[in-house]
Amino acid sequence: MSWLYLRKFTLIALGLVLMVFAGVSFFESRHLKEPVVLSRGVTQVKKLSAYFPGVKGTISDSNIYVLEGAKPGGTILILGGTHPEEPGSRLTTWILTENAVADQGRVFVINSANRSATTVTRLGGGYPPDFTIHTKWGEQKFRMGDRWSNPLDQWPDPEAYIHYPSRQELAYVDIRNLNRAFPGRANGTLTEKTCYALIQLIQKEKVDIVIDLHEAELQYPVISTIVAHEKGQNLAAMASMMISGTEGFSIGMEYSPPALHGLSHREIGDHTQAISLLLEAPEPFLDATRGRTDRRLLLEGKDEFVVKAGKHGLLFEKMDENGWPIEVRVGRHCSTILQILELWSEENPEKSVIVKGVPRYAEVIEKGIGNFLHDPAKADPKRVYYE
Amino acid sequence: MIITILYYVLTAYIAFLIVWNLLKRKKWQEEILYIIILMPFLLRLFRLK
Repeated sequence: MSWLYLRKFTLIALGLVLMVFAGVSFFESRHLKEPVVLSRGVTQVKKLSAYFPGVKGTISDSNIYVLEGAKPGGTILILGGTHPEEPGSRLTTWILTENAVADQGRVFVINSANRSATTVTRLGGGYPPDFTIHTKWGEQKFRMGDRWSNPLDQWPDPEAYIHYPSRQELAYVDIRNLNRAFPGRANGTLTEKTCYALIQLIQKEKVDIVIDLHEAELQYPVISTIVAHEKGQNLAAMASMMISGTEGFSIGMEYSPPALHGLSHREIGDHTQAISLLLEAPEPFLDATRGRTDRRLLLEGKDEFVVKAGKHGLLFEKMDENGWPIEVRVGRHCSTILQILELWSEENPEKSVIVKGVPRYAEVIEKGIGNFLHDPAKADPKRVYYE
Repeated sequence: MIITILYYVLTAYIAFLIVWNLLKRKKWQEEILYIIILMPFLLRLFRLK
C-alpha cells in the first residue's frame, strides 16, 4: 500500500472514531429514559394514540397523565414540552405529575407534547444534550430537546410551509414546530398528526381550558405573559392582576393575534370548545446574544452578554446578575396555573378544578425543583413511567 | 414517506461521492475537509442525528 493510501485510511479511521463518539452521544441522548414517579393523584396513564390511532407506534405517542377528583367538575389540559428546549415547561409538568392531587374535576398533563423534539438539540447549535436536577436522593437527568421535531422522525422540510387549514405561509422549518401546526390533520406530517391527536383529546374529553407552557428569550416581546384566545381574555386578565398582586412576581396578558395561525392559543380556541392560554417565562439561554451555551446557563439563567443587551435597551424583560434561574421560571408557571384554576373555579363552581399538592412560586424558589421530584428506585415500579 | 426514502438515497449517493473524491485527493488538508463534510451525511444515514 502506498504512503498516500495509508495516510488516507488513517485519516478516515480517525474520522470514524470521532463520528462514533458523536454518534454514541446522540444515540444516548435520543434514548435517555426520564422517569416520572406518579403522584397518588394520578388515576390513569393514557397514550395519545387512544385519541388518534395515527400516532400509534410513533415517537409522538406521548403519555397522558390523568388526575381525577372524587367530585365531578371541569377538565383542564396542561401541555409541557411543546418546545422542549424550554425546560421550565417540562419541569413544571414533572412537578404536577409527581405531586398534584385533584379534589374536584380532572387534570390531564402531558410532559412531552412534542416527544420527537425532546430527542434532539438544535442542529449546529452546540447545545448540551441534557441537564441534571439535584434532589435529596441524587440527581435526575432530563433531555434538553429542541424547538422542532427531530428530522429523524420528519424529513425533509419543504421549501415553503403552507399551514393547514389557513393556507398561511410560515417559515419552512416550522412544519416541524408543534406550536405552528395546530389544529393539525389526520393525513399530515408527524407534527401535524400530533396536533390533530391533541385536538381529538381536547374534543373527546370536553376539555375546558388548555394551558400550553413555554419559555422565551428576553429579546422577544412576548415574554412574562399569558397569551389568551378571545374566550380566555377575562380569565387571563384576572389571573394577571391576581398574580401581580399576590404571588411576588408580575405577569402580563396579551391577546392571541387572530391572523397568526398554527399556534395553540389561536387554533385550539378556534377549533375546539376549550379556552386556550399560553404561558411564557423568561429564558436567557435562548437569547441570540448569549455567551457560552451550556447547562449552567440553562439552569441558572445568568449571562453577562444578555445583561449587556439589557443595558442597551434591547430586552423586553429585566435582566441583572441574578439572572432567571430555573426555579424562578418553574415557580412562575406553577403559580400561574394555580391562579388560573382558582379563578376559573370561583367563576364556574359547577366546573371547578381543585388541585392540591402543587407548590407555588415562593415555595419552588425556596425548596428547589429537586425537592418535588421523587426517587424512582424507591417507588412502586407500577407507579413509575418513562418519558 | 416516498420523499423521505428518496432523501436517504440522495444522502447515500452524496456520501459515496464524498468518499470517491476523498480517495482522489492529493493534499492531506483536503482529505480532512472531506472527512469532516462526510460526518453529517453518515450520521443521518445511520439515523443518529
